[in-house]
Amino acid sequence: MSRYFTEDHEWIDVEGDTATVGITDYAQGQLGDIVFVELPDVGAMVDKGKDAAVVESVKAASDVYAPISGEVVESNSALDDDPALVNTSPEEDGWFFKLTIGDKAELDGLMDAKAYANFVESL
Amino acid sequence: MSVGIVDLSEDLTETHPDDLPEEQVLPLDAWHRDCGARMVEFAGYQMPIQYTGPHGGIVAEHEWTRTHAGLFDVSHMGQLLLSGDGVDAAVEALLPIDLSTLKLGMQRYSLLLDENGGVLDDLMVSRWPNALYLVVNGATKWEDIAHLREHLPDNITLNHLQDRALLALQGPEAFQALERHVTGDYPLSALTFMRFGQFAIGDVEMTISRSGYTGEDGFEISLPADAAAQIATLLCAEPEVQPIGLGARDSLRLEAALPLYGHDLDTQVDPVSAGLQFALAKRRRESGGWMGHEAIMQILADGPATRRVGLVIEGRLPAREGALVFAGDAQIGRVTSGGFSPTLGYPIAMAYVTADHAADGAALQIEVRGRRLDARIAPMPFVPHNYYRGDAK
Repeated sequence: MSRYFTEDHEWIDVEGDTATVGITDYAQGQLGDIVFVELPDVGAMVDKGKDAAVVESVKAASDVYAPISGEVVESNSALDDDPALVNTSPEEDGWFFKLTIGDKAELDGLMDAKAYANFVESL
Repeated sequence: MSVGIVDLSEDLTETHPDDLPEEQVLPLDAWHRDCGARMVEFAGYQMPIQYTGPHGGIVAEHEWTRTHAGLFDVSHMGQLLLSGDGVDAAVEALLPIDLSTLKLGMQRYSLLLDENGGVLDDLMVSRWPNALYLVVNGATKWEDIAHLREHLPDNITLNHLQDRALLALQGPEAFQALERHVTGDYPLSALTFMRFGQFAIGDVEMTISRSGYTGEDGFEISLPADAAAQIATLLCAEPEVQPIGLGARDSLRLEAALPLYGHDLDTQVDPVSAGLQFALAKRRRESGGWMGHEAIMQILADGPATRRVGLVIEGRLPAREGALVFAGDAQIGRVTSGGFSPTLGYPIAMAYVTADHAADGAALQIEVRGRRLDARIAPMPFVPHNYYRGDAK
């Protein structure tokens, strides 16, 4: 399994033809206390770089973009009852959705963990 | 109750006709950064939205203020001093306030209105010795000053107290934390809600009022800007006190259903629609002679077309400012403030809706990203106020 990161602070775990998407620890820290996560429906098609989910913090609503294109096969129902999982476990239990990978070439240009750490450092 | 003497010698009216700020840096800017604040632009200043660290974060800061005491820097707000012969009459020509009943040591909420009865700002007015002290919103203070200068007679002196900071200490433990430090001619306990007096901490003179913007008991402290960091550090060293940012200030005032100017109030809104009739003094309704009187008396006679209401939303998805409110298919209003209530654990909002849909308990819907959320009109405040009105009550 390999994990990639975007400049919009999403992470994506790739395992075979499916990928799991969430937001990074840095992102949850910036958003603050998360009170609601609006996830895409199973079967929905998401497009790379386009809105896929919405995170509502106490402060504001923020869009989450799809790091790659594909069809949503599962969304994390645990976030319905406990959206704060995104704060407490952003890069594990607080994952957002899984999708089938439409085009593996879209993974090119995403960052690895080291590159993302450097990117966050530069902000 | 006596209050201290205020120095009126630094009248800026003549020397700085525009009163434009040279540098938009608040006295506690560096102090906030040292406390780990995340700074954002607000009202033309860099201000703390929240703090980092074990007690930081909007919800943690919100809950801390509801259970202990939070220190807020509100130095962006405008502190104005009006003085001169006939100052009461001059101010009564602009505000619907009855100053004949505002005695020394008392503070009162009022509204700056335009000719149409629209709200230019909401503000606090206090009776100081030989002067009226006003606290106006930070985002509107320059326009307020221009409005006051335009409409007040030339013999009224307007002194913008730019060398003073304003701190708010709010929460059920605010009294015990502050009382440990203040000295004065009378005890801090002499202050009940909306009263103020002159006190000191060490050799720092300050005016303290028992008021605030959270719904909790608490104090607002006007003090020399150059002593603000010292006093803020002293108060935050108390076990009851943590610094609190703008984020929690907003969620606290929303739970208390206190309107925020520029959101729940503006020139398109009149005080009757806003549910602020208490700021229209009985004597002044009858006497008239204030800007907006005619328009507002007409609204009082006819009833307002819309009303500010509180809404409780089903589920967990908050509705934000701008969300449209529906009764069936008909759009009947718009959300002006909304968010997730940390105290209640569900989303709440304030909205203006047509008067025929404003009854408590009415079932409405709010549209958020194409989805209709069920909501009902709930009494305001959402979280009960906890003001200190004296032992007798």
